[in-house]
Amino acid sequence: MTALLELSDVNKDYRIGGFLDRSTLHAVKHVSFTLEEEKPEIFTVVGESGSGKTTTARMILGNETPTSGSLRFMGKDIAAIRSRKERLAFMAKVQPIFQNPFEAFNPLTTLDYYLFSTARRFLGLKDKAAVEAATDKSLQHVGLSLAEVRGRYSHELSGGQLQRIAVARALIPGPKLIVADEPVSMVDSSLRMSIVNLFRELRDNLGVSIIYITHDLSTAYYISDRVIIMHKGDVVEAGRAADVLGNPSHEYSRALRNAVLPPDPVIASAIIREKLRAF
Amino acid sequence: MLTVVEKTPVSVEAKPVLRVEGLKAYYQMNYFGVRREVRAVDDVSLTIKRNEIYGIAGESSSGKSSLIKTIAGAITPPLRVVEGSVKFDFGGKELDVYAQRPAMKAARWKHLSYVMQGSMNVLNPVRKVKHAFHDFAFKHMGLSEGEFRAKVESHLQRIGLDPRVLESYPHQLSGGMRQRLTIGLATVCEPEFIIADEPTTALDVLVQQDVLALIKGVQQRMGSSIIFVTHDMTVHAAIADRIGIVYAGRLVEEGLTLDVFQRPQHPYTAHLIASLPRIGDTRKRVALGGKPPNLADPPSGCRFHPRCPLAIDKCKTDNPPLEARNNGRVACWRAGEMEAA
Ligand SMILES: Nc1ncnc2c1ncn2[C@@H]1O[C@H](COP(=O)(O)OP(=O)(O)OP(=O)(O)O)[C@@H](O)[C@H]1O
Ligand SMILES: Nc1ncnc2c1ncn2[C@@H]1O[C@H](COP(=O)(O)OP(=O)(O)O)[C@@H](O)[C@H]1O
Ligand code: SF4
Ligand SMILES: [Mg+2]
Ligand SMILES: [Mg+2]
Repeated sequence: MTALLELSDVNKDYRIGGFLDRSTLHAVKHVSFTLEEEKPEIFTVVGESGSGKTTTARMILGNETPTSGSLRFMGKDIAAIRSRKERLAFMAKVQPIFQNPFEAFNPLTTLDYYLFSTARRFLGLKDKAAVEAATDKSLQHVGLSLAEVRGRYSHELSGGQLQRIAVARALIPGPKLIVADEPVSMVDSSLRMSIVNLFRELRDNLGVSIIYITHDLSTAYYISDRVIIMHKGDVVEAGRAADVLGNPSHEYSRALRNAVLPPDPVIASAIIREKLRAF
Repeated sequence: MLTVVEKTPVSVEAKPVLRVEGLKAYYQMNYFGVRREVRAVDDVSLTIKRNEIYGIAGESSSGKSSLIKTIAGAITPPLRVVEGSVKFDFGGKELDVYAQRPAMKAARWKHLSYVMQGSMNVLNPVRKVKHAFHDFAFKHMGLSEGEFRAKVESHLQRIGLDPRVLESYPHQLSGGMRQRLTIGLATVCEPEFIIADEPTTALDVLVQQDVLALIKGVQQRMGSSIIFVTHDMTVHAAIADRIGIVYAGRLVEEGLTLDVFQRPQHPYTAHLIASLPRIGDTRKRVALGGKPPNLADPPSGCRFHPRCPLAIDKCKTDNPPLEARNNGRVACWRAGEMEAA
């Protein structure tokens, strides 16, 4: 089997602080994992905020270089991608979906512009009708249509609508890997389900692998094939979703799992009251 | 300490702290000469009691943020109030949000604070976090610089942030940390009324519980009232006293949290509750059929009718009013029958 994506002993340090109180923050420590090309899967990264999930995602996308270790996509070192042409080919294959849809779109640009330029840039389409058809097709995948999106600005749409547009945009180039950084945290539960179900369809029908970054353990359990749990930059647990989330062994993953509030007012409010007493 | 208007003893009969009446707020736009109206808030009436946590739930683009923004008096064109009123009662003094703009401005932060959706992005990227606290809160707290700093630090600690974040720039912090900071900003003055849009959605589960407990704690200690929006029903389950369910710009159900979860009265609410994911369950969930309604051209009659499994002919033409039923309110022609089933 060939590896689609291979991370070996990846580390990322940030220098923080001013001139006098410089220190080093180890945002990501010794992360290694491999996704196989022949076996598309939903690979989930779970962890509290600040645990290094986004930093890992940024390195996979080539937006950040590791301090040490290597990341390879289809055998090629991501950090070594230099030429414009190579970069474009890589980006077509590895598409991001970001955490905050409000940040992903410039408020001064209409949303269809993003979609059209993605279609032009990655699919090499010139003809207006073809660009629009490709855009509409991917919008349909997420329950929207070009007619609804045309001419509109990001601030005119709700958080959930924007996130669906971000997923549609990522689908346009026909990627092999989608890196989705907390794609559902701004989305309601029924739409959340429809987006994660969509990931499942992308995996099964289009053979797309998905790196699903989340702290929503219930959707993680629901769709993941494999899961890693990060804590302060370290991978503290890794394995099949059912084992890691159903039966967590590491103390931190247990805490994370037990922290999931059940959708039950009697139990959930008791947990919060208990927490309040501990303050 | 900031002296807030004295607290009246809490009682169910006490005058409501917020009264929203027949509120309509529309986005009014011109598209190439064609007038377009998005009816995001359409005839909403509700009251919030002192000491109460009221949660607003509903799917994406149903108008939750628009409603809460309008209540906060924080709207900008093209969103406009078309009809209705929003009135607060701060210590016996009435404040009509859309009739008394200057008074409203003065009430910001001190009596009332508003945490916007995605507000972790409002922190100024080129200034250290401590300046944000200083700008927003210092003048309201009547403390010396030293006392103020100590107060802010202990407040941050309580919400799980290292006080050293005060010396950082926003980009050095993760999304979750920034969101906690904005909640810290909104609660540091301990205002009487807190309005929050998706206050915990960007947070991981561990931090989420701390923040929910923090919100509840501030509310209990100060006897403040909170109105908050989230699509996350587990958050409502955890802290809301009452829940209002919004569908396509309208309030379709309202009730005590337990009632809404255990005996939903509206078919949409019933769907919402049934679709909740639970750990240990990988059965494929059916998403609600059909599309979310377009608020520029909402369905006639009951706006839920194109997706409602119980719809009858009358639903297509007549809009069901929101009426009192079983300790709550519901807008559905078949509410009585749901109960029988
Ligand atoms: N500035 C604007 N101009 C025009 N239309 C807008 C504007 N802001 C919001 N809308 C529209 O108003 C409707 C309600 O949006 P709102 O942001 O209130 O939804 P929401 O319930 O908060 O959704 P979410 O859960 O996704 O945040 C949507 O159809 C949206 O597209
Ligand atoms: N550009 C940056 N400069 C300094 N520190 C950063 C930067 N980006 C992230 N960090 C820090 O790295 C750690 C990991 O952040 P991040 O990867 O965003 O976490 P997550 O996505 O898991 O919430 C955090 O402590 C964060 O503050
Ligand atoms: S009024 Fe009719 S369409 Fe609306 S929720 Fe009730 S049964 Fe369904
Ligand atoms: Mg992140
Ligand atoms: Mg919103």
